[in-house]
Amino acid sequence: MLKYIIPLVLFIIMALFLGVGLTLNPSEIPSPFINKPAPNFSAPKLNAPQERLTPADLKGQVWLFNVWASWCVSCRSEHPVLNDLARLNAVTIIGLNYKDDPVDAKKWLDTLGNPYNISIMDQEGRIGIDYGVYGVPETFVIDKNGIIRYKQTGPVTVVDLQKTLIPLLDKLQAEPQ
Amino acid sequence: MKRLIFILILLSGSCYAVDSRQLSDSKQQESYETLTKELRCLVCQNQTIADSNAELASDLRRQVSEMLEQGKSKEEIVQFMTDRYGDFVLYKPAFKGKTLLLWIAPIVFLVIGLMAVLVVIRSKKAKEKLTSDAGALQRDTEKQKKIRSLLNNGEIS
Repeated sequence: MLKYIIPLVLFIIMALFLGVGLTLNPSEIPSPFINKPAPNFSAPKLNAPQERLTPADLKGQVWLFNVWASWCVSCRSEHPVLNDLARLNAVTIIGLNYKDDPVDAKKWLDTLGNPYNISIMDQEGRIGIDYGVYGVPETFVIDKNGIIRYKQTGPVTVVDLQKTLIPLLDKLQAEPQ
Repeated sequence: MKRLIFILILLSGSCYAVDSRQLSDSKQQESYETLTKELRCLVCQNQTIADSNAELASDLRRQVSEMLEQGKSKEEIVQFMTDRYGDFVLYKPAFKGKTLLLWIAPIVFLVIGLMAVLVVIRSKKAKEKLTSDAGALQRDTEKQKKIRSLLNNGEIS
């Protein structure tokens, strides 16, 4: 009897492990940034390159830091969702125009709409490295004290907006500074 | 001719080699080469940043070479990368609580395997001994029968 039970138990254990493995997304890498201060930067604005933006300028407000590029295919599917979010006026949306040509980037915003309060340029991808960006689009939620509270890799969908982002933003807006 | 074409096809792979960087200091160059082989390209996941053509890999190579030129140590660079991309960026993960299972699992499995082999060999040996003993016993009884019948026959004759 034992002869049959041992392989069966081993099989069940293995099947469980493999089953859990199947439901995980291997391209999702846990972010080491959660609950850490947003890395500093000073970057030129897309629409006014002579002006620069730093995270310190945004202190006291909850802001969304969305990494995007005109060459990024899934950014296109995300864009209308960001436009919707912008219409809600729930949060300051800052765009990080990642490794992009400013001309293409501006054209993109002109044709698809501009959900960003400000977009900054990171043509060399250095700010991207400081934020551990590896797959555009990525979205960070940063609280009033400049702490990263949430990160999403990949496009934000309407479901993400309703289930995760808006409740989180409401909570963060209610937090004292 | 066919062989030549074949060789050319094989060699063509190297035309797409990545733009590895040359550092002026030979020691730094050495560190650069080991570091880029230890860091994972997060876009392609199963390639190191030394092997990958992805833009991110190229940016990370630039980062590594710049940091080496600034005189940063290997440990500082590895720390810089894990601060941003987590342990996943390391092909050789650090030995710590969270990765303990990863490191000791192969040894545990090896021990389990060896133990299984031992158990199987032992039980097989015990079984063999048992059957050979039984065989001997059987042969003995057969012998005794023969002896007895011979004796009996002898008595008769």
